[in-house]
Amino acid sequence: MDDNKTSHIKHTPGYGIYILVWLALVTLTALTATVAGISFGKFSIAVALVIAMIKSYLVLSEFMHLKFEMKAFRIFVLVAILFFLLLIVLLFQNYSYY
Amino acid sequence: MTTENEVVVHAHRDDVGARMGMWLFLLSEFLLFGGLFLMYSIYRFNHQHDFHIAAEGMNIFLGTANTLILLTSSLTMALAITAMQKGNKILSLVLQIVTFLFGLAFLVNKFFEWRAEFREGNYPGSPLLTAKPSGQILYYGLYYTMVGLHGVHVIVGMTIIAFMIRFTIKGIINKDDYVKLENAGLYWHLVDIIWIFLFPLFYLIT
Repeated sequence: MDDNKTSHIKHTPGYGIYILVWLALVTLTALTATVAGISFGKFSIAVALVIAMIKSYLVLSEFMHLKFEMKAFRIFVLVAILFFLLLIVLLFQNYSYY
Repeated sequence: MTTENEVVVHAHRDDVGARMGMWLFLLSEFLLFGGLFLMYSIYRFNHQHDFHIAAEGMNIFLGTANTLILLTSSLTMALAITAMQKGNKILSLVLQIVTFLFGLAFLVNKFFEWRAEFREGNYPGSPLLTAKPSGQILYYGLYYTMVGLHGVHVIVGMTIIAFMIRFTIKGIINKDDYVKLENAGLYWHLVDIIWIFLFPLFYLIT
């Protein structure tokens, strides 16, 4: 129980870092909206998804405090993402033959 | 023995455990939407041209505005938790209320967007929509299902934040015990992340 309390106090980041993260998120949104007008052909889906993943990473690690949590939390999330990617790969394995 | 145990049980507070439980719940939410994203990707793969045409009818301006609203609401939520950690109850309360209002603004935006679609005749099962090629019907079906389910999550998130505002006023959430507020924040950020993916998939990629 003491651990819980100290683990809270240890990481009280200031307001500044959140505003920086928010600025990065807004910039990435502006970027993805602007880039959507340019045609990258087959890559346009990839570009939009990569930007979305960067934004999610920022929200997960900074806003959701994943970088301060125990390692187990990060393993949970990674395993979930890994299984979801596996699902996508297996699904398209099936469909690409049609 | 039993009384001793009871005392221990009542005194015990496990904030890490509470947050871990929340994360496990969020992962089940991830898979709920993950299934829908899988469905979207397969239908897009099979009906690329129809999805392209249907996506061009989306209002990118309203979509971008809603993205900015949700991102900013995530910021105010994160700041509300920091303010509570620093013991600034009033600031935390104000930031929670602002977060709630951003959620409301998102829904108002959504209302105008959907009203415009409905007036054009693009509502599920409408004569105009059912006459279109099957790929476009699928696009609109997925759009209303996924964005609608996300909208329900925004309403749930706002309800949770409303309770947090009440708890903060009553002092149940305070400088030393704010795990409820943290978990409410986690839920709200998840809703934000889901929108981060819905926005490019339905509005940007044409």
